[in-house]
Amino acid sequence: MRKDLLQEWRQKHTLFGVALYVGCTVFAVYLMNGKPEGKVWNALFWVTQLFVSVNAAAKSFLQEPNERFRYYFTLAKPQTFFLAKLLYNLVLLLIMNLISLGLFMLLLGTPLSQTGLFLIISMLGSISLTVVFTFLSAIASRAQQQAAMMAILGFPLVLPMLLILSRLALKAVSPVFQPGWWQMAAMLCGLDIMVVMLGLVLFPFLWQE
Amino acid sequence: MKTEHLPLCPYYSSMKLAWWKILSAVLLTYVIIAGFTIHTPTLESGGLLQTIRNLFFHVPMWFNMVFFFSISFYYAIRYLRGFNPEFDARSVEFAKIGIFFSVLGMITGMEWANFTWTTKTGRGGPWTGDPKQICAAIAMLIYFAYFILRGGMKDEEKRGRISAVYNIFAFVLMVPLIYIIPRMVDSLHPGSEGGNPGMNPKDLDPMMRLVFYPAVIGWFLLGLWFYNLKIRMRRLNHQLQEHTD
Repeated sequence: MRKDLLQEWRQKHTLFGVALYVGCTVFAVYLMNGKPEGKVWNALFWVTQLFVSVNAAAKSFLQEPNERFRYYFTLAKPQTFFLAKLLYNLVLLLIMNLISLGLFMLLLGTPLSQTGLFLIISMLGSISLTVVFTFLSAIASRAQQQAAMMAILGFPLVLPMLLILSRLALKAVSPVFQPGWWQMAAMLCGLDIMVVMLGLVLFPFLWQE
Repeated sequence: MKTEHLPLCPYYSSMKLAWWKILSAVLLTYVIIAGFTIHTPTLESGGLLQTIRNLFFHVPMWFNMVFFFSISFYYAIRYLRGFNPEFDARSVEFAKIGIFFSVLGMITGMEWANFTWTTKTGRGGPWTGDPKQICAAIAMLIYFAYFILRGGMKDEEKRGRISAVYNIFAFVLMVPLIYIIPRMVDSLHPGSEGGNPGMNPKDLDPMMRLVFYPAVIGWFLLGLWFYNLKIRMRRLNHQLQEHTD
């Protein structure tokens, strides 16, 4: 498992590539929108997160040739391999999340009333998006199709998550009373755990040749 | 794949066991006649008026969509437990029937929304941004993606395996979508005050129940009938292909 992580770490160009992608996206959003008010800010932030996570997670399985996967499989159990990929993606996406949040605050202003809370929610958000997209990129790579496939498969699946996330985050933007906020947060965590379990159960089936 | 190794499906030679097809036709005839003629309570306040009759058509569509997607999910699991191509075929055909019902449900729902919610809220049109409508649309997108995923692969076994994995994954994520989110968000749909995603069964007029429950069963049997035809056609096509090869 550590071996896999190390292997990933060596391909640093991916990391910088994604970081640059984040920067460009946020800058483009800023050029089009200037400094928006809270609600719009929140919406733009989550759309950016969606695209960043699709691109970052797509790299995890799609960018490597098939032969290398066969080699990995002589080394590790599929579950371990999946967990390693997931962990790497989580670290990557959490870093990207911090970068994009920082850039958003710098360029688009900070309409947040509770920055800490928003930070926690955005972390939770990138975890949720990562677990779903990591698994989907595994599917898409086995289907031997390009990243477009991932968007087709993944967007409908993460839309409910995004819906919940942006609602959760609204609390940090403007302190309105939202009944059932904790319920929503708990549900999202539950959903994340479920997706990881599901991924662990289903992933070996993707690999049998 | 060799057809003679397939386990014979119980309704493969089902022309003799057609009682449920007759039942379906009888029930649906009854539903259509009774649905348009029985006396229903007319609620002027909600702008419902006579459109309440759409209940017999719109609501069973969604019930059946969930039924058929669940069966499809069940066969996806069965497929992964032994890679029997028969289960893959069943899973796909049930998903198709589910999609069919979801499209019908969406059409009847939009028609209904266009009339009732325009009267009720003043803003209107067939698309109101109601959370249940959005969730239903997302569910449809998920299953369309399932067919696109299948369409892209040629190798039969691999296609079956990958699409079964996606089917399971999608279904498990769809359940919270359909059952939980509409409870958390305000909706124009009836029953949202009580927290029920569909409607409150206690609100249903006893007279209407006599039509509503047969409607659910009738549409379900009709869907099963479609499925039966589709899967038989699939097998015949398969045999035909083997003959020509």
